[in-house]
Amino acid sequence: MDKMGIVFALLGAVLGALMAGVGSARGVGLAGEAAAGVVTEDPNQFGKVLVLQLLPGTQGIYGLLVAFITLSQIGVLGGNADISLAKGLLYFLACMPIAVVGYWSALRQARASVASIGLVAKRPDQFGKAMIFPAMVETYAILALLVSILAVFGIGGINV
Amino acid sequence: MSDTQYAYAVARIRSKELSLLNTQALEQLLSAKDEEECLSLLHSRGWGDAKSYDSPEKMLEAEREKTWALLRELLDNLSDFSVFFYGNDYHNLKAAIKTVYSDTDPQGIFLSGGTVEPQTILQAVRERDYSLLPEAMRAPAQEAFDVLLHTGDGQLCDFILDRASLVAVKNAGEASKNDLIREYAELTVAAADIKIAARACATGKPLSVILRALAPCDSLSVEELAHAAAQGQEKFYQYLHTTPYADAQDALRESVSAFERWCDNRILRAIRPQKYNPLTIGPLVAYYLARENEIRAVRMILSGKRNHLPEQSVRERLREMYV
Repeated sequence: MDKMGIVFALLGAVLGALMAGVGSARGVGLAGEAAAGVVTEDPNQFGKVLVLQLLPGTQGIYGLLVAFITLSQIGVLGGNADISLAKGLLYFLACMPIAVVGYWSALRQARASVASIGLVAKRPDQFGKAMIFPAMVETYAILALLVSILAVFGIGGINV
Repeated sequence: MSDTQYAYAVARIRSKELSLLNTQALEQLLSAKDEEECLSLLHSRGWGDAKSYDSPEKMLEAEREKTWALLRELLDNLSDFSVFFYGNDYHNLKAAIKTVYSDTDPQGIFLSGGTVEPQTILQAVRERDYSLLPEAMRAPAQEAFDVLLHTGDGQLCDFILDRASLVAVKNAGEASKNDLIREYAELTVAAADIKIAARACATGKPLSVILRALAPCDSLSVEELAHAAAQGQEKFYQYLHTTPYADAQDALRESVSAFERWCDNRILRAIRPQKYNPLTIGPLVAYYLARENEIRAVRMILSGKRNHLPEQSVRERLREMYV
C-alpha cells in the first residue's frame, strides 16, 4: 500500500492528458468536418474556418501541460519517485479539473465552433464575432488549467 | 448517422443557402419584361444547365436534379427523405391503375423520384402481382383497382390511394428520429385532411365518403372533422377553430389556392429555425423544402410571364421564402 502513492499520482497525470486529449481530438474532428464542408463550396474561407477548427484543440495542450508538470513533480521524469499514498491521491485530485473540464469543454466548444463555421459560411465578414462564441468556452478550460497547475505545484510543499 | 455526423453536410448546406432566391430576387424576376428575360436572369444566377437554356421546364427539372445530386452526395442513403417520395409513388400507382383499367398508353404520365420504379408499379397492376410492390402499397393497390373494376368510380379509387399516400407519409414521419420530418409529415397530413373535408363540405359529400377519404392525424380528430364537414360549412369552420389550424379559416374561405399557400407558408415557418441549427439532418431537410419552394415560385413567375398575367396577380400567389 505504501507504493500506491505514485500509482495514483501517475493515474491523475495520465487521465489529465488522456481525457483532455480525447475531448480535443473529437472536437477538432467535428469542427474539421464542418470546415471541410465550407471549403468544399468556398475554398477562400480556408484560413477563417481553420482558426475555428483549432479552437477545441487547446484543451489537449492544457492536459499535456498538467501531465508534464505532474510527472516532473512526482519524480517520474527523474528524481525521487517515492511519494506517500495521501500525496499520490492529492496529485490525482489535482489533475481532475483539467481532465474533466478539458474533456467536456472541448466537446462543447466544438459545437460552438461548428455553429460559428456555419456563420462564417454565410457571412464571412462576421469572422471576428464568430470566433468570440467558441472562445468563450475556452474560459472554463483555462480556469480548470489554472486550478490544476496551482494544485500540482502546491502539493509539493505539503508534508503528508 | 448520429447528429454530429451531419457537420460536414450542414456546413455545405450553409454555403449553398447563399444562392437560394430571396424575396428581392423574386421581385427582380417579377419585374422582368417577359419570360425570356426571367430565364436569362435565372441563368445568370446559375440556374439550369447547357441543355435547358430555352426550356423553362427542363431548367426547373435540372434544378431539382441538382438538389437531389447534392443530397445523394451528402447522405449515405436517402431513407430519411422517404417522406417526400411517397406522394410520387401513389401518384404513379393511381396512373398505373387508370392506365390498365382504360387500356391506354402510359407514356408521360409517371413521375420520377419515388421509392418504386414506375414500370414495376405498372407491371404489378397489369399482372395483378401486388407482391412486386412494397408491403404498405399492396392492399391499397388491390382495393383501388378492384373498386375501379367493379364500380368504375374513379373518384373512390382516388380517395383510397390518396388516403394510403397520406398514411404512408404519416408512418414515415412517425418512424423518423428528426423533429422536423415528424412535423412536416403531421402538417402535410393535417393540411390534406382539411382540404379534403373542405371540398367534401362544399360538394355535400356524405359522412361515409368523408370518413373513407380522411387519413389519421394526431393534431386533428378525423371523426370530428368528418362529422363537422358533413354538417355544413359553419360546423366545419367551428371545428377548425378548435384545432391548431384555426388561422387557416381565412385562407379556406378565400380559395383552395389560398389555403395551399397558407399550408406552404406554415411549412416554411416550421423549417426556418433550421437556419440556426449547426448539426442534425434538419438543415438538409429544410434546404430541400426551400429549394422545392423556390422552384415552385419560379414556375409561377414564368407561367405568369408566359400568360401575360399582371405582376400583382402572380405576387399574390407566391409563398414566403426560406432566406
